[in-house]
Amino acid sequence: MPNRSEFWNFLLGRLSLDSLPLHNMIVVVTFIVVATGGAALLGFITWKRQWGYLWTEWFTSVDHKKLGIMYMILATVMLFRGFADAIMMRAQQAIAFGDNMGYLPPHHYDQIFTAHGAIMIFFVAMAYIVGLMNYVMPMQIGARDVAFPFLNNFSFWLTVSGVLLFMVSLFIGDFSHAGWLGYPPVSELHQSPGPGVDYYIWGLQLSGLGTLLTGINFVVTILKMRAPGMSLMKMPMFTWTTLCTSGLIVVTFPILTATLLLLSLDRYIGTHFFTAGMGGNVMMYINLIWIWGHPEVYILILPLFGVFSEIVSTFSGKRLFGYSSMVYATVSIMILSYLVWLHHFFTMGSGADVNSFFSLTTMMISIPTGAKIFNWLFTMYRGRVRFDVPMLWTMGFLFTFTIGGMTGVMLSVAPADFLLHNSLFLIAHFHNVIIGGVVFGIFAGINYWFPKAFGFRLDPFWGKCSFWFWQIGFWFAFGPLYILGLMGVTRRLSHFTDPSLQKWFIIAAFGAFLILLGILSFVMQIYVSIRNREKYAVGHDPWGGRTLEWQTSSPPPPYNFAFVPKVHERDAWTNMKESGYQRPLQGFNDIHMPKSTATGVVLSALGFVFGFAMVWYIWWLAAVSFVALIAYAIFHTFNYNRDYHVSADEVNRFEHSGNWASDPQEARA
Amino acid sequence: MNTIATESSAQDFYCREEPHGHNGTLLGFWIYLMSDCFIFAALFACNAVLGTSYAAGPTGADVFDLTGLAVNTALLLISSVTFGFAMLEMARKRKRAMLGWLAVSGLLAAAFVGLEIHEFVTMIAEGAGPDRSAFLSSFFILVGTHGLHVTVGILWLIVLMVQLGKHGLHEANIRRLQCLSMFWHFLDLIWVGVFSYVYLVGVLR
Repeated sequence: MPNRSEFWNFLLGRLSLDSLPLHNMIVVVTFIVVATGGAALLGFITWKRQWGYLWTEWFTSVDHKKLGIMYMILATVMLFRGFADAIMMRAQQAIAFGDNMGYLPPHHYDQIFTAHGAIMIFFVAMAYIVGLMNYVMPMQIGARDVAFPFLNNFSFWLTVSGVLLFMVSLFIGDFSHAGWLGYPPVSELHQSPGPGVDYYIWGLQLSGLGTLLTGINFVVTILKMRAPGMSLMKMPMFTWTTLCTSGLIVVTFPILTATLLLLSLDRYIGTHFFTAGMGGNVMMYINLIWIWGHPEVYILILPLFGVFSEIVSTFSGKRLFGYSSMVYATVSIMILSYLVWLHHFFTMGSGADVNSFFSLTTMMISIPTGAKIFNWLFTMYRGRVRFDVPMLWTMGFLFTFTIGGMTGVMLSVAPADFLLHNSLFLIAHFHNVIIGGVVFGIFAGINYWFPKAFGFRLDPFWGKCSFWFWQIGFWFAFGPLYILGLMGVTRRLSHFTDPSLQKWFIIAAFGAFLILLGILSFVMQIYVSIRNREKYAVGHDPWGGRTLEWQTSSPPPPYNFAFVPKVHERDAWTNMKESGYQRPLQGFNDIHMPKSTATGVVLSALGFVFGFAMVWYIWWLAAVSFVALIAYAIFHTFNYNRDYHVSADEVNRFEHSGNWASDPQEARA
Repeated sequence: MNTIATESSAQDFYCREEPHGHNGTLLGFWIYLMSDCFIFAALFACNAVLGTSYAAGPTGADVFDLTGLAVNTALLLISSVTFGFAMLEMARKRKRAMLGWLAVSGLLAAAFVGLEIHEFVTMIAEGAGPDRSAFLSSFFILVGTHGLHVTVGILWLIVLMVQLGKHGLHEANIRRLQCLSMFWHFLDLIWVGVFSYVYLVGVLR
């Protein structure tokens, strides 16, 4: 904007009308759809007069169960966004051969694969696992909430502000085109002068802080708030994996924060950490980001290993085979995951000795993982296995993830990696473990715990449709990529010259279409289940569960347990059922609970404004929002009145009215 | 079946009295400090990698003033000692003496930050700013991040002194003071790493 006055430059930074991508029809249409849909949703809420309810009961709530549900909703919305990116890429690659350049120009295509990767990892997979951990873990250990309920709410809203920055980038300015990890020198200022990389940086800084706080919160919750008698080796497996994942979050997310901080300093004040000249070291960024990035994939998968452990033992009607070995395997994966980061760039040229070390540590991870696979198989062995939807996802996982693990071992061989590095084989491998492990685990967990959260089961027909479309669609979508990768096709290409490759990309696009049907079936499953919620109503223990969350009603009361349980054995709830436990119906006490607070929403909103101002160089707004952020945080510390009591009368009323029916025919269905 | 379970009556599966809440704040804050350690670890690693990437610019021996560093270090270490005195007074429930020692600690830390800002300004005026070379980038950001932590500590100290003055030594305030104390000593520990590695090794290599 050469003709803009100093005043407007001061007021709006580098933001101008040109920042709106009006020339890009795809973005304009997307904007119209999102704006119409958003306006319809907001209008509907206003029409139904639900804003007050949402604000007091949900947005400001510090209840771990409500936050868990909000995380799951957020992740599902972002799954649609991330998948829209995926299907656009599959469509582009299926048609862009020879003279046909496809419908996406390279600059736009680059933004799409960057957004797809970053969104799927940070706002889909992470949000889903944090949602599951939030909902389930405190109940599994017999606690009333997490250790820091306010921080839990704050973490959620920080994640939302990160999501909003990513979404705003779609319509104001553009997004990063530097890949989901923002490698320099492409992400440095001279090659990416636009706002895209800054959106990426500030979005991740906000949500990363939220994740770090969640990690600290969960570690303290598990270490300090377990029910009496629940020693570490009596904890449910999902709680163990939550502990290990949270520990990993604590030791890795600060590295992400530091790395992105250094990149932003390079971009904002001209330091030389990762620049090509003036002594900077590009490979230092790659090392640092993967020191966070590799543990991150184990942060994602470990909680799902916990989910599968719970499901396998419940649906086999047996206790988990090899509980101790499962715990030790989880802990060793946690430690080993920190020692393998260099396998992401064997081609850096660090020499045979260094590459051998990281090659070996990578192969070693397959040992505890293999032990887990056998533990799950032996749990099923001679069990009465019930093939309900959660168990189907588990079986699909065992099959798919094992193959993904084996292609991972292939990639861990450094000399082989020199050929496969950055090829579609790698893409196929990590989708194989992330879809086959993380996504399947999330759907298994949703189907398993949904009845606990809402008091009715999810429709099994649409659940099975969703499973089979995903399972078959996955192989159609990524089987061809393994083959193409072995033929030497590299990742991130928006156009191909060799027409003989096209058939494989068409098959892959067909696979993506099947996965779309899987996602739509999931939406349909939720819709049908809500419509038929009377028919699918269940009691507090529909599956014949083994852990404490099945002891309380469905949905659980705000305080989770009227009396804090005492634990004597692993599988505490099975133990209680076998010992003829009778639910106490009198003698209730007042229960001490944390109050709702708007502080998390306010601070995160200010964080979002700060991020937006930094992206567009609106310095006055950045300064104002930053000072307001600090001031409001200090103001919050002057509030010492953060608790209330649920009176014994209210507890009594709930315990006599909640959904307690335990229907054994459901358990056998 | 485990023997405990067979012996336990059905009555024994829940606590009839509401158990006392465990407060996890100190543990949580300790874990936060450990995570902060990883931020510093990353910055120290950058300094180790980039410590000699002078880009034909000044070296550590050219720009570091070891006399100023000695004064600075003494200020920060003494402020940790005086913070310790404040904690002793807190244990004796002597609010005024405690506030006095806290004020002394805050002033010493403020002097530390002031000297550090002076050092930075001097270096930038001499053309040795963070954009001059990768070595100077890593120096400014590592030392500056530590200085920023100290500044946050001072701000926290002021807020907490107001709260202590207003509400006295009750449970929540004592807990906050214990957290700040950990933070304060943690920053000292980081500074020991900074002056011995960044400055002392920096002038040698």
